[in-house]
Amino acid sequence: MSVPITGRRARRARRPRAAWLGWLFALPAILMYATFVLRPLVLTVQYSFYDWNGIGASTWVGLDNYRRIFTDSELFATIVHAFELIVFFSFVPVLLGLFVAATIRGIAASRLAAVARTVLFLPQVIPLVAAGIMWSWLLSSTGLANELLSAVGLDRLTRAWLGDFGTALPAVGLIGAWVLVGLCTLLLLAGMSKIDPSLYEAARLDGAGPVREFFSITLPSLRQEIGVSVTVTVIAALASFDIVYIATQGGPGNSTMVPGLEIYYLAFSEREIGMASALAVALVLLVLAVVLPIQRLTRDGSR
Amino acid sequence: MAHGPTRRSLLATFTLATLFAGACSAPGDNSDSSAANASAAPVTSATCGTGPVTLKGYFETGFALPKSLSDEFTKQYPNVKWDIREDQFAVITQNAPRVLADDPPDLMRLPQVSELVKDGLLKNLDGYAQAFGWDKWPASQLEQMRVSSTGQRGDGPLYAMGLNFSMTGIFYNKKMAAQIGMTKPPATLAELDDLLQKAKAAGLTPINQFNGGATGGLAFPLQNLMAAYGEAGAINDWIFQKSGATIDTPTNLQATQHLEKWLKAGYFADDINSQDYATMMSRFIGGKNLFIFDGDWESGNLDKQMAGNVGFFLMPSATAGGKQAAMSAPLTYGISSKAKNADCAAFFLNWVATNQQARDIAVKVGGSHPMGPSDAYMPAVAAGTVTAGTLDAGATIGKDNGAMDFIANATGAIYAKSWTPQLQKLAAGQQTPDALLKSVQKDYETQVKN
Repeated sequence: MSVPITGRRARRARRPRAAWLGWLFALPAILMYATFVLRPLVLTVQYSFYDWNGIGASTWVGLDNYRRIFTDSELFATIVHAFELIVFFSFVPVLLGLFVAATIRGIAASRLAAVARTVLFLPQVIPLVAAGIMWSWLLSSTGLANELLSAVGLDRLTRAWLGDFGTALPAVGLIGAWVLVGLCTLLLLAGMSKIDPSLYEAARLDGAGPVREFFSITLPSLRQEIGVSVTVTVIAALASFDIVYIATQGGPGNSTMVPGLEIYYLAFSEREIGMASALAVALVLLVLAVVLPIQRLTRDGSR
Repeated sequence: MAHGPTRRSLLATFTLATLFAGACSAPGDNSDSSAANASAAPVTSATCGTGPVTLKGYFETGFALPKSLSDEFTKQYPNVKWDIREDQFAVITQNAPRVLADDPPDLMRLPQVSELVKDGLLKNLDGYAQAFGWDKWPASQLEQMRVSSTGQRGDGPLYAMGLNFSMTGIFYNKKMAAQIGMTKPPATLAELDDLLQKAKAAGLTPINQFNGGATGGLAFPLQNLMAAYGEAGAINDWIFQKSGATIDTPTNLQATQHLEKWLKAGYFADDINSQDYATMMSRFIGGKNLFIFDGDWESGNLDKQMAGNVGFFLMPSATAGGKQAAMSAPLTYGISSKAKNADCAAFFLNWVATNQQARDIAVKVGGSHPMGPSDAYMPAVAAGTVTAGTLDAGATIGKDNGAMDFIANATGAIYAKSWTPQLQKLAAGQQTPDALLKSVQKDYETQVKN
């Protein structure tokens, strides 16, 4: 393909100016991004190599802070808790979301579907702090959960759910599941709406029931949406902070301590900025290590 | 697109270079200046002058005392205006170093001071103490706010001042007490055990105590038990970070075992691990339980909400006629080492302790004993109120030399990091008394070293 000389010249003359202009337009965003995302990121990595209380003198300690994450059983336990939360923040909402979305799709025409969508999405609209406070009332020793149990004669089971070593973490997980199930449902519903209806028709002609339809058409077609849901919710679980902070503050006895909260305590209560930064860097790497394979898995499948 | 990548990488390099330029030096103040720690010369005349002054205050929200005092001060000294910011104590604790460094208030409610002093953030008040004669007050009032150059508390220069000083002990519901035949406060620990047993047997909840979330309120009864079995002085040495001090002593072990006995006997509400301070107060005021372990900052509130139905006694000693002790701490306020109106702030602190109206407010609004010389004016308090009870208790503690700082104040992080989770574990039966003390001691040693 030969381009006329004049044309090439004209393009050459235009291109640098256009590129320069392009950067100019991007500049405000780049500045914001550099100041509020990149710079803190770089500083966090730098701080993680120091022993520093945030005010006074700092000492270079190399990788000592990172070594402590793996040797200090208390810090390591927070990471284990984060993985336990994945079950509640990710598996439960995605599975439940699939079921609910399929049900709503089945009754798509009725008004009930719109109501169900709104009700399920409501937790996403409510500020997490408000949700946390509401749930801590529901789950308190005199709260609704225990009153319902007593009403049906299960007094034996009543307890302060958020204050019990055995139930505090699952109780926090339940709050997370309640928040995230709406998001997953909505994402999956959107995905379902773009599945070609003729596929379902063909399946029905071949004699497939609703269960077969779900596993043979709906589920494979939703691979990408499920990927997005799992990614978002897994990040929410690993980087959880607000729900735990409001509901239990890491208690009782560190049984609900998660990395996000531990970073906050390390930095602002123990004033170990270096250690907090190291745990933050480790958390970022952990999130990437878990999320990137999920991304790859779901992307490859769709090709 | 030959230019694209190079340009982009150039820009990226440039951006990263500027980012790293700011990052290549070690963080923090690594200079060796410790001007703030230098000894203070006596201040000859610290006043608020006559020109307009705006004092910048950083106070604890939820308590009326500092506001009432500052209003009264402005009434007496109209040239002084206030610019007050308020936060919860937990927030103040987390913000203290940064606020004192970046946005220095003239007057600030302070958490544990030793680490702030180490960083040179607080003004040395010795000069004012000499000028105003604070050094002639009972030494125990100021002891907790003195920090030596090595970071130990208890002696050395003065770095903070109290608005008043609090007294802790056991509040009880008088109606319920009558119900179990309690006619006078227990004289020994055994008598207290007996009362708890009677309350339990009568189907009452003997004790509500906050111990949930990030709070470890069992530290109140625990420290009381420690002082009932052992010496208040030894506990203070540990809190003040005296070298060689340990919390893991035989008498403290007895105390922790005694607390465990109470827990196992069901003397505490069974949901203490999810109870916060507000829940404890609302239950006690609502007549849901017999005892709470708390301080006289609630005296005014309780006299209002449970008028005539609330009493107070100090933790009894383990042996009959033994000395009594209590946590008693000044409501600490300090002046930033960078404060603009330090003289005026110091003048205010002196006024709080010596002015008659201010002392009235300290008792009636604050509920606690004012600071100042022992022969200073004392406001009259109606007999039979719990405020009168807590003020009387102060005299007993003074006589027995039993004032202790709080074990949660030993280091900046010991409460959140050690006492709270450990006491929650003890309450759930997941920790033994011996391992609890050893674990707290281990954390303490790491934190003191830092």
